[in-house]
Amino acid sequence: MTTRVTEIWVGIFVAAGMAALFMLAMKVSNLSTYTGDEGYEVTARFEDVSGLKVRSPVTMSGVRIGRVKRIEFDDQALQAVVVMEIELRHNLLPKDTSASIYTAGLLGEKYIGLEAGGDENSLVQGDEIKLTQDSLVLEKLIGQFVSRFMTEGDTGAK
Amino acid sequence: MLNSLQLLGRKGLSFFQRLGRGHILFASILAGLPSLFPRFGLVIKQTYAVGVLSLVIIVVSGLFVGMVLGLQGYNTLVDFGAEESLGVVVALSLVRELGPVVTALLFAGRAGSALTAEIGLMKATEQLSAMEMMAVDPVRRVLAPRFLAGFIAMPLLAAIFSAVGILGGYFVGVGLLGVDDGAYWSQMQDKVDMYDDINNGIIKSLVFGVVVTWIAIFEGNDAVPTSEGVSRATTRTVVHSALAVLGLDFILTALMFGE
Repeated sequence: MTTRVTEIWVGIFVAAGMAALFMLAMKVSNLSTYTGDEGYEVTARFEDVSGLKVRSPVTMSGVRIGRVKRIEFDDQALQAVVVMEIELRHNLLPKDTSASIYTAGLLGEKYIGLEAGGDENSLVQGDEIKLTQDSLVLEKLIGQFVSRFMTEGDTGAK
Repeated sequence: MLNSLQLLGRKGLSFFQRLGRGHILFASILAGLPSLFPRFGLVIKQTYAVGVLSLVIIVVSGLFVGMVLGLQGYNTLVDFGAEESLGVVVALSLVRELGPVVTALLFAGRAGSALTAEIGLMKATEQLSAMEMMAVDPVRRVLAPRFLAGFIAMPLLAAIFSAVGILGGYFVGVGLLGVDDGAYWSQMQDKVDMYDDINNGIIKSLVFGVVVTWIAIFEGNDAVPTSEGVSRATTRTVVHSALAVLGLDFILTALMFGE
């Protein structure tokens, strides 16, 4: 076989390998959801952030507008401090926006859902979201349900 | 008693001698790599032999492994009503494990054995000694291009294997079993991470490429120059490569994914 044909085949092989890597990167992995542009940081305090991870999505109306950047613990207030990075083009969120931790599906991952308030000023870098709602812990919920069920059962018997 | 001790000692010595020769060969191959750049045609020729000629077996096995994953995954997931996660199951198992490992095993069988037999026969017919007589360094002329070709071809083959496998899972899952088209891809994109999963898969395949090619070249270069010696060396290449790949895979997985 001539050198030319060999070289063309190797060229096809390398191109196919690169195409496969490109498909793995863009179509299979979450690389296409990474955004290159910088964001601004907003913090929020929660009593309970169990299940939330760094790089969990931050959404508003179900659309992802940022990610969780850091999760810290405030030793003085004994609260979890979540630092979110919101994409720079979403810079018109009202100052009294509230943040809640929700679960995607019954057993899915935790994410932060933001709900807009009515303030005319917008959140800027370093602001803190005051209105927060904690992560829903299934054990606590079942505990409350069971205890309420028990007390209702008691009163019903009397 | 003394005889058996002597036997044990001899075995141990020959084992460490082989290990030492292997590492010296590895170092001299690495030292010979820069001399390849002015003569890159040698590498291209070897990439054709180890890469292009392995394409058919890689694509066909990738397709079938992906299709089997699709079938098996669907049957397990449908019990939990979670058949939308089929894409995640197929993609993660291929990208993290099966892609690099099965490709490395096939690569050892298809390309590694051929390398060993070729180099072993070159040694048996004294072509390597003839080169040395003509002041041509066989490490630079014969071994280094083959090593670099294996190093280049292996990650590309593994990527092709994974990509074709995911398409195979798609054909079975979406085409045959009726999983939702959008859910297959979107759940996959949601759960597969570029850095944690894809990059680690590529790193694995690079490591396997180095190890399999190294074993194949060393066994060929170290073969007893007879027909029996070459046949033994070829067998050892496949067995040792397979063991090395599976053992290293466990260590790499523990380092990458074990927290």
